[in-house]
Amino acid sequence: MGLTNERIKERLIEKFGESVTGFSEPFGMLTFEVPKEMNLKLLQFLHDDNELKFRFLTDLQAVHYPNDKGRELAVVYHLHNFADNVRIRCKIFTDIENPDVFTATRLYECANWMERETYDFFGVNFVGHPNLKRILNVDEMDYFPMRKEYPMEDQTRIDKDDEMFGRGGTF
Amino acid sequence: MARPVRFNITPKPRDAQGHIGMADAPEGYSGEGFFTTKLSEVVGLARKNSLWPLPFATSCCGIEFMATMGAHYDLGRFGAERMGFSPRQCDMLLVMGTIAKKMGPVLRQVYIQMSEPRWVIAVGACASSGGIFDSYSVLQGIDQIIPVDVYVPGCPPRPEAILDGVLAVQDLVGKESIRRRNSERYQQLMLSYGIQ
Repeated sequence: MGLTNERIKERLIEKFGESVTGFSEPFGMLTFEVPKEMNLKLLQFLHDDNELKFRFLTDLQAVHYPNDKGRELAVVYHLHNFADNVRIRCKIFTDIENPDVFTATRLYECANWMERETYDFFGVNFVGHPNLKRILNVDEMDYFPMRKEYPMEDQTRIDKDDEMFGRGGTF
Repeated sequence: MARPVRFNITPKPRDAQGHIGMADAPEGYSGEGFFTTKLSEVVGLARKNSLWPLPFATSCCGIEFMATMGAHYDLGRFGAERMGFSPRQCDMLLVMGTIAKKMGPVLRQVYIQMSEPRWVIAVGACASSGGIFDSYSVLQGIDQIIPVDVYVPGCPPRPEAILDGVLAVQDLVGKESIRRRNSERYQQLMLSYGIQ
């Protein structure tokens, strides 16, 4: 009864074999990883398969792991199967030097703004996106602020005393 | 306790308890049937007691300002009864809340659309200095993009503090020379913000 995580995992391995890796179930939500070239194939399969029916893209965002060389940026897709009310999470990892990832906008229209946001904050270059430009930050911004190489604070300020803000200084 | 009913029989000075005061006549010479004074004093008197505020409220300071406008604190006691929501009609811009960098040009445009003379109050920590949002996306004080006359501290400031700020602006308005806006120094100030 219903679609279980075991069954999803079985179907994925049946279809993609060794390519799907890193299965885990944090808080009961099936999570796995695929190579970044395969993201569209995977999403298409999850969408079209008559048993899996993951036809809603809940969320799409990136994570920066600065210490993981060669796979610094993770793009995470959250998918939802409305029929069985099951959610899964799939991740792809990419090199920060070459952050090209195929766009999901052809499959999900709602990926348009989410990919723009991900580009805006993490600089993931979604290949084939119809309008890949900044969405939330000012257009003049010349960096990707959520990458961990940038400090949170505005570096242009000179009037805020670091000691008063609990960073640097003698504390 | 019953509230004493007040009638405006004897002119009292305006105060924060709700007494409506009569504005004093400016300094000058009076004689039989005439009174002379400086034009700037009369203009200042008129301007300061009929400021039209333009609220630019983006967050919690705006909520405090709503209380300030309301019956309890009643900004109307100070001649600033009518909120104008068109910058072209207003004299006093109240910037209340966090201004994101993306909002900066919008705020600047609103300021430019106001006609001279115009005054600006930065209400609260965020508008004055960026406040706790020491971040890549937040403007670190609106004085980076427009000139500010009065800063009201607080996070958010109480309505009394906002009233105090308005009174401070009234003081500036009353004392301002009518030639100030045409002066070289004022032009320099505007140019330093890139405003013609």
